[in-house]
Amino acid sequence: MTALLDVRDLRVTYGRRRGAFRAVDGVSLTVAPEETLGLVGESGSGKTTVARCVAGLIRPDGGGVHFDGQPLGPVGRRPAALQRAVQMVFQDPRSSLNPRMTVAAVIGEAWRTHPSAAPGGDRAEALHRLLADVGLDASTASRRAGDLSGGQCQRVSIARALAVSPRLLVCDEAVSALDVSVQAQILRLLDDLRRERKLALLFISHDLGVVHQIADRVAVMRRGEVVEEGPAGDVMSAPRHEYTRALLDAALDLDDGTPEQTGTTRDFPA
Amino acid sequence: MTRAATARAATAGDAAAREASALTVTDLTVTLPHPGGRVRVLDGVSFDVPPATTVGLIGESGSGKSMTAGALMGLLPEGATTTGGVVWRGTDLLTADAAHLRRVRGRQIAMVFQDPLAALNPTQRIGRQVGEIPRRDGLSRAEVRRRVIDLLDRAGIPEPERRMRAYPHEFSGGLRQRAVIAMALSGNPSLLLADEPTTALDVTVQARILALLRSVQRAEGLSMLLVSHDLRVVSHVAERVVVMYAGRVAEQGPAREVLRRPAHPYTRALVASVPAVRTRTALADPLPGAPATPAARPSGCPFHPRCPLARERCRTEVPAPRAVADGRRSACHFAEEVLGS
Ligand SMILES: Nc1ncnc2c1ncn2[C@@H]1O[C@H](COP(=O)(O)OP(=O)(O)OP(=O)(O)O)[C@@H](O)[C@H]1O
Ligand SMILES: Nc1ncnc2c1ncn2[C@@H]1O[C@H](COP(=O)(O)OP(=O)(O)OP(=O)(O)O)[C@@H](O)[C@H]1O
Ligand code: SF4
Ligand SMILES: [Mg+2]
Ligand SMILES: [Mg+2]
Repeated sequence: MTALLDVRDLRVTYGRRRGAFRAVDGVSLTVAPEETLGLVGESGSGKTTVARCVAGLIRPDGGGVHFDGQPLGPVGRRPAALQRAVQMVFQDPRSSLNPRMTVAAVIGEAWRTHPSAAPGGDRAEALHRLLADVGLDASTASRRAGDLSGGQCQRVSIARALAVSPRLLVCDEAVSALDVSVQAQILRLLDDLRRERKLALLFISHDLGVVHQIADRVAVMRRGEVVEEGPAGDVMSAPRHEYTRALLDAALDLDDGTPEQTGTTRDFPA
Repeated sequence: MTRAATARAATAGDAAAREASALTVTDLTVTLPHPGGRVRVLDGVSFDVPPATTVGLIGESGSGKSMTAGALMGLLPEGATTTGGVVWRGTDLLTADAAHLRRVRGRQIAMVFQDPLAALNPTQRIGRQVGEIPRRDGLSRAEVRRRVIDLLDRAGIPEPERRMRAYPHEFSGGLRQRAVIAMALSGNPSLLLADEPTTALDVTVQARILALLRSVQRAEGLSMLLVSHDLRVVSHVAERVVVMYAGRVAEQGPAREVLRRPAHPYTRALVASVPAVRTRTALADPLPGAPATPAARPSGCPFHPRCPLARERCRTEVPAPRAVADGRRSACHFAEEVLGS
């Protein structure tokens, strides 16, 4: 299978001279069509930075990103088709939405930017279907982003990204503010799109349980580097790198007081 | 015990618990202006936070968890009206005077906001923001600096001397979240309202933060209202849980019992959707239909359009929260059936 997204030897430095900080240090990743790559790792290890490079929001100082064989430059210089093909759901949904805009306007703007993706028929109906897909009722359309709860904002960002039918979706903690039942609905939706429209997913999350559910492969980042990568089942059940083991050891399962769950993590070994 | 006796025992237990509690929320109702008239975003919310106890507040996205915390802090959107009682150490915060509230909010009661980026001032260095309360308390520059470094360090921020000079945009999501936690702890609060405090953190840092909060809790008798969608976290740190749906409390009780044996079908659906870490769980079946919002609250039981147990009565009659077992309350007409199955 050839890669749709090909991130090769990516390097990103923030700041200059004495304040310079290498946030990403030689990261290589690939995602094939119809594939989900889970990206997990330490807070501050550079996951969002990798995502920002793929989205073309920052320029790497080494290495590069290719999509379908073409180099992915800064977002402003991407051809419209490429802009449309690569969509991103940001980690801070509230700050990526204009609080004064209604949800209908947010989605409308996406369709205006990419007319080729706009629904041919009844726009209101397409909008409502899109909202229903992410678990929002039709009345949400007329509400301002600033009046929505955290999880509602998150679902609007997902709807905005999906509105233009991307080929690659970069999800940065995209379901982290959702209760598990809504989360289940979104994960189902993404998984259906993956199979039906061959959507490729770069899925960044701290939730190892969710990553294990949805990812085909998993890459683990620490301090700007990928320390382990492999099929999800292998990485999650037989981790090879010490840091991956530490992550898995710290991960909590539901403690409902039954003997096999109690006592193991209640005291949080630091 | 008969069902009536169980209910009586539960009510007696409730009364004792309320007396000893640090925070008592009674029938809290918040309305907001809405195109179609005012909407009750919170509708008769009641629960207690006992001293040195963690209460987990879980529930549907949009069900009113942040609004509940906001109401306790006096931070509600413009045009909100509030009724009910929020009694903290004997004083109702909804009617207290401004001077009293200044002593309480931000100090005795501090909040960790859901969106760290929005809670931080983008133009000020992190150290300045974390040092705000110590500086207002009249500590010297050197003392403020020491205190800031200590707070950042305790919140798990590496290299605090260097990081305190950074601006919020230079922090990763997880670092921001820890900075906000350091800020909340800076006034030595007795009650911490933590809105999704560990969502943006990797599990090792999450464990450290939870351990930190727990040690503060043990050493200083801190109470905590932990808003989280992460049932796994809640199950490990909370003694009690309150489950919200569409602006109302669906059920509440001791954490482990509620999670092991829910007394409300919504809680049961939540528990069934929790993925495991080391084994691959199949994607859960989502609940049918859209989540209810307070603005579009279905008649009768707000959960009825999605509830597998719904019957005719559920469509017409609002289930009042009632005692269903020791220390447990549920707002389901058929709670006993849910508990028994
Ligand atoms: N604009 C910036 N200026 C300076 N440093 C930055 C900037 N943005 C990020 N960093 C730093 O780069 C590192 C990587 O940040 P990044 O946001 O990519 O991490 P992350 O893996 O997404 O972490 P998290 O899981 O906490 O969101 C962090 O140490 C962060 O403080
Ligand atoms: N400023 C506002 N004006 C009008 N309605 C609002 C406003 N803020 C929130 N709401 C609505 O009030 C309800 C409760 O919101 P709240 O933020 O408390 O939800 P939540 O339970 O914290 O959800 P989440 O888990 O998604 O953060 C939501 O349905 C939301 O749309
Ligand atoms: S009252 Fe009826 S609809 Fe509501 S949760 Fe109970 S069984 Fe379901
Ligand atoms: Mg990030
Ligand atoms: Mg919230």
